[in-house]
Amino acid sequence: MHVSTMPVIATQDLVKTYHLGEVQVRALRGVTVSLDPGEFVAVTGPSGSGKSTFMHILGCLDRPTSGKYFLEGRDVSRLSKDELAAIRNRKIGFVFQGFNLLPRTTALENVELPMLYNGGVRTAERHKRARAALEAVGLADRTAHYPNQLSGGQQQRVAIARALVSSPSIILADEPTGNLDSRTSVEVMDIFQMLNIEHSLTVILITHEHDIAEYATRIITFRDGRIVQDRPADSRRIAKRELAAMPVEESV
Amino acid sequence: MSVFMIFRIAFKSLGRNKLRTALTMLGMIIGVAAVITVVALGQGAQESIETQIRAAGTNLITVNAGNFNMGGVRQGQGASNTLTVEDSRAIRHEILGVQFLAPGVNTRAQVIAGNQNWQTRIQGTDVDLPLIRAWPAKYGGFFTPQDVSSAAKVAVLGGVVTETLFGEEVDPVGQIIRIRNQPFKVVGVMTKKGQAAMGEDQDDAIFVPYTTVQKKLSGQQHINNITISAQSANQVGNTADQIAMLLRSRHNLLPGDTDDFMVRTLEEMASVRSEATKTMRALLASIAGVSLVVGGIGIMNIMLVSVTERTREIGLRLAIGARGSDVLLQFLVEAVALSLVGGAFGIGLGFGVSNGLTRVLEWPTFVSPDAVAVAFGVAAATGVFFGFYPARKASGLDPIEALRYE
Ligand SMILES: Nc1ncnc2c1ncn2[C@@H]1O[C@H](COP(=O)(O)OP(=O)(O)O)[C@@H](O)[C@H]1O
Ligand SMILES: [Mg+2]
Repeated sequence: MHVSTMPVIATQDLVKTYHLGEVQVRALRGVTVSLDPGEFVAVTGPSGSGKSTFMHILGCLDRPTSGKYFLEGRDVSRLSKDELAAIRNRKIGFVFQGFNLLPRTTALENVELPMLYNGGVRTAERHKRARAALEAVGLADRTAHYPNQLSGGQQQRVAIARALVSSPSIILADEPTGNLDSRTSVEVMDIFQMLNIEHSLTVILITHEHDIAEYATRIITFRDGRIVQDRPADSRRIAKRELAAMPVEESV
Repeated sequence: MSVFMIFRIAFKSLGRNKLRTALTMLGMIIGVAAVITVVALGQGAQESIETQIRAAGTNLITVNAGNFNMGGVRQGQGASNTLTVEDSRAIRHEILGVQFLAPGVNTRAQVIAGNQNWQTRIQGTDVDLPLIRAWPAKYGGFFTPQDVSSAAKVAVLGGVVTETLFGEEVDPVGQIIRIRNQPFKVVGVMTKKGQAAMGEDQDDAIFVPYTTVQKKLSGQQHINNITISAQSANQVGNTADQIAMLLRSRHNLLPGDTDDFMVRTLEEMASVRSEATKTMRALLASIAGVSLVVGGIGIMNIMLVSVTERTREIGLRLAIGARGSDVLLQFLVEAVALSLVGGAFGIGLGFGVSNGLTRVLEWPTFVSPDAVAVAFGVAAATGVFFGFYPARKASGLDPIEALRYE
């Protein structure tokens, strides 16, 4: 198998069924998809269509009821909890709607967190990498700030720095702009596009907002646990351009 | 994650809620303080018994007239007139294991020296007493066999009596004191010895020939006790038994009759004394047990609250790659840190309580490094035991649900 042609993510007929007493909830009903390294994919669809369930499986937080999931060519759909934890630590960076930063913990320490569970990263190395990640998201001057001293957009950027600090294969973002106003949303999308273009990171962005999906290179639409549409973004939005065009007085 | 990091995180999270942390520790503090005090009392008692045995000589046997368990009216030991000088002579001559022997006749009397006076114990004894007790004189010496046979009015003073009548560091040898208004010549002063095994102050006494007490002071013919030392430590038990048999036959006791005397060895007396601290130790041990359980449950409770409060944090840690065992360890260490800090305060408090017991109740206590180690061990074990369930609960959380937790 050639590395250059190997998809970073490949799923075969993923099914996820939840059992709520007598009732069966079929959250995913056979999802087959393949993502190449360096893609910026938006997963969209109405609420309840199975986007988050799909992301949990891609993120190794959950295992499918049936079907296969290959991450960088390795079947990870039947691994043990601890093996999944190790994969989450090294290969996946999560960004959540609610930021999920630890309170009363500085931005730097929040970003260092994944490296605490990665065995041999020494303290000095940890500080260095965390600083570099915060710099990449434009927060070099906010390392000692606590989350409650940062704006929502800045908090989400700290969360992105935390996601990319251990050089993962993919960044998974579930509704990352859900708690942000429109300008801040564009700023966050700018970061994702920058990471995708300049650092060649594979980004999977889950959103139910169509205009946010437009920042991706490829848009996958879910309905009732199935992929109903998979197309390249024909008129891709570029966040940097939009920010430059925005009136200055709006910026924080 | 390094152990150091885990402890750092644990202390940080405990520091966030100082009042809650302090209140949670209270049970641990009391429990560990009680543990320290129990061990300190035990070791103190042990230590003081050993010192006393060493000071008195391991070979000591005492015979007292009367018996606690005698039928009819209960009489105090030595209060009845069942022992005679002839008994003591018989013991000296007939029992091989006896090395030294001194009959004792006690009374209390007012003692006057110059314009000082003092009520004290007058201990009529024999010349062997300093040998039996390995007790040297500080000034002068003990009275002589001639003094005993002539019932001379000579006195050897205990340390407390000397200090009261003449002042500290004063040599009163050659002075005259008045006991029951009769002049006695001071021939010696004993070194200070401190509390005896039974609690009486050995230094608050005046030693005179037992014949003098019988003939010049109290007029009593019988003797109150006999102090004996055996030839060697391993002869003590045997010799004590032979003394008892001899006295039974001399007193014409029939099989089944209760002894009208009590023969005891120092070990036995020491065990009477340790009975007293035993009650206190049992009380403290139960306080320790209850407080540790209460403290442990307090820790468990606060850790459960903490797990609930930090569900999202746990979810996040799991999402970014913490294994269940990492989370388990984190919360376990937090519980142990809580109990160890409580334990440290408890050790401090235990020190204070032990010192207080020694100072106020004069109970010997000794806080040894062992006791501190035991207390720390108990604290850590309590933390692990009661912290395990909440930690297990935290580590078993589903990351997806934990992340969603509001
Ligand atoms: N843990 C669960 N237990 C039961 N049903 C669930 C669970 N998680 C999701 N579902 C159901 O699965 C379906 C898909 O949910 P989800 O993946 O969260 O959708 P989306 O993120 O697109 O809004 C929904 O019907 C939802 O109610
Ligand atoms: Mg969702």
